[in-house]
Amino acid sequence: MLDLAQNTLDGIATGSAYALLAIGFTLIFGVMRRLNIAFGPSIMVGVFLGAWVHSQWSAGLIGAAVAVLVGAVIASAYVERLSFAAIRGDAALASMASSFAIWMQLEQAVALVFPGRTTAFPTLGQVPDLDLAGLVLRGDDLIILCVAGIVLVLLQRVLFHSHLGLEMRAVADSPEAAAVARVNIARVAVLTFGLAALVGAVAGFLIAASDGQISPKFGLWATMKGLIAMMIGGLGSLRGALLGGLVLGIVEAQAQWYLGAAAREIVVYGLLFLCLVLLPGGLAGVRDSGAARKL
Amino acid sequence: MDPFLISVLSNICLFSFLALSAWLLLIGGEISFGQQAYFAFGAYGAGIASAMWGWPFALALAWGTCLGAGIGAIVAWPAARLSGVHYAIATLAFAELTRACLNVFRYQRDIDGYLTGPDGTNGFRDIRWVYETGIEAGTYLAIIAGLLLGVLALIWLAARLNLMAQLRMVGEDPILAGMQGVHVLRWKIGAAAAAGGIAGLGGALYAHLATYVEPAQFSVMTGVHAVAYGLIGGLGTAIGPLLGVVIDIGLLESLRALASYRMIVFGGLVALILILRPRGFLDETLIAKVRAWARR
Repeated sequence: MLDLAQNTLDGIATGSAYALLAIGFTLIFGVMRRLNIAFGPSIMVGVFLGAWVHSQWSAGLIGAAVAVLVGAVIASAYVERLSFAAIRGDAALASMASSFAIWMQLEQAVALVFPGRTTAFPTLGQVPDLDLAGLVLRGDDLIILCVAGIVLVLLQRVLFHSHLGLEMRAVADSPEAAAVARVNIARVAVLTFGLAALVGAVAGFLIAASDGQISPKFGLWATMKGLIAMMIGGLGSLRGALLGGLVLGIVEAQAQWYLGAAAREIVVYGLLFLCLVLLPGGLAGVRDSGAARKL
Repeated sequence: MDPFLISVLSNICLFSFLALSAWLLLIGGEISFGQQAYFAFGAYGAGIASAMWGWPFALALAWGTCLGAGIGAIVAWPAARLSGVHYAIATLAFAELTRACLNVFRYQRDIDGYLTGPDGTNGFRDIRWVYETGIEAGTYLAIIAGLLLGVLALIWLAARLNLMAQLRMVGEDPILAGMQGVHVLRWKIGAAAAAGGIAGLGGALYAHLATYVEPAQFSVMTGVHAVAYGLIGGLGTAIGPLLGVVIDIGLLESLRALASYRMIVFGGLVALILILRPRGFLDETLIAKVRAWARR
C-alpha cells in the first residue's frame, strides 16, 4: 500500500512535466487544427542550447534556463514559418509531414553539433527530500511540481484574462468567425507557437535538469510523451491534457515498479490504444475537438 | 553488377513496399504512422517459418503476407471508426505496442546445433534460407523487384476495375461516398488489410535479405518515413511513393559525401516540396493533366 502511494507521488511529479508537454501540443492543435510533431525536437534544440551555454560560460541554472526558453522559441518559430505559415490551411496532412521533415533536420543538426551520446546538463540545486508521513517527496520532484504549478497559473491568466488569450480561444473555436471579427489569425498563430514553446521548454528544462544529462533522443521522447498524454486526456482540451499527463505519469510509475521497464512500454501503449478505441473523446470526454475534420 | 548498387537497389525495392502500404491508406483518407508494425509481423513471421519450421521460401513469404493482412484487418476493425488524428495516433500506438511486445518475445529452438529464433531485444539471427540455398544477391534483387512489380500490377488492375476510384471517394468524402451506397467501413478495413499485406510481404523479403531483424528496426521513425515518401512523391499514382523512396535512399543515402547532412538536406527538400505542392510532386492534378495530354 505504501509502495502504491509512493509510486503515485513519483508519478504525479513526472506526470506534471508530461502535462506541460501535452498542453503545449494542445495549444498548437487547438489554434491550428494541425498536429505539430516537431514540437518535441524544437524543445530539444532549446535544451541543447542551454547545455551549450552552460558549458561555455558556466552560466549555471538560471542562464541555462533562459537559453532553453530562447532556443525552443527560435526553433518553434522556424517550424511555424516553414511547416505551417507557408502551407495552406486546408492541407493539414502536408503540414504534419513537413513538421516531420523539420524534425529530422533539427535532430541531425543537434547530433552534428553535439556528437556524444549524452551531454551534461546542470542539475537542480540540493533541495532536501521531504518526508510526508512515511512517503518521500524527492527534492527535484518538489521543484518540478512547484514550477509546473506556477506555469499552469500563469498560463491560465494568459488564456482566460488577457486579450491575446481571448483571441486564441476565438481562433480555436472558429477561425472563420475570428477572422470576421478582425482577429489577425497569422499573428495569433505565431504567438501560440511561441507560448506553446515556452510551456514545453519549461517541461524540457525540468526533465533535463532532474536527469542531469540529455541525448538527441530527447526530441522523439518529448513528442511521444506529449502526444500520448494529450490523446489519453482528450484531443483539444487543456484540462484533458493536464489530466492525461498526470495519468500517464502515474501509470508509468506503477507499471515500472510492479512489472518492470519492458512491461512499462507495453502497458503505456496498450492503454493508449484502448483509450483511443473505447474513449475517443479521452478522459475529459471531448465531443467535438475538430479532430474529425479531414486531416 | 556492382554489389553496392545491388544493395542500394534492394533497399529501394524493400522500402517501396512500406511506402506503397502507407500510400494506399493515404488514398483511403487515413494517415497511418504504424505500417512498420506489419513490416515487423511479416519479417518475424516469415523468418520463423523458414528458419525454424523449415517451411519452403514461397510459403514463408505467403505466411508473412497473410499475417500482415490479417492483423491489419483486425486492427482496422476498431480503428477505422476513428478519423484524422485519432486514427494516426491509434496506428502509432499499435505499432509501438508491437515493438514493445517484440522486445520481450522469446521463442527459440535448437536448429542444427544452434539456438535459433527471436530473443527479445537481442533480435532474431540466422534467417539463412537465401544463403543456404545459394541464391546470389543479384538473383534475390530480381525476386524482390519481381514481387514489387506484381504488387504494382495488382494496384494497376484495381485501378482498371475502378476500385481505386471508389477508395479515393471514400478518402475524399466518406459521408458523400456513404450516400452513394459505398460501404465506407468495409472499404477502410479492406484498404488496411491490403496495406498490411503489402507491408508484410516487404518485411518477409527484408528478413531474408538481412538475415537478422531486431525490434528497434521497426521504430516510429521507419513508419513516419513511409508516410513521408508518399507525400513527397505524390498521391496521384502508385509511382509517387516509389519516387519518394528513390529520392531518399537512392539519392541521399547512397551519396556518401552527403552522409552526415543527409537528414538536413532531405528534411529541407521535403519541406520545400510540400510548400510548393501540398499533395506531393506527382499529385492528382498533374496526373490528370498528363492523362488528358496522352489522350489527345
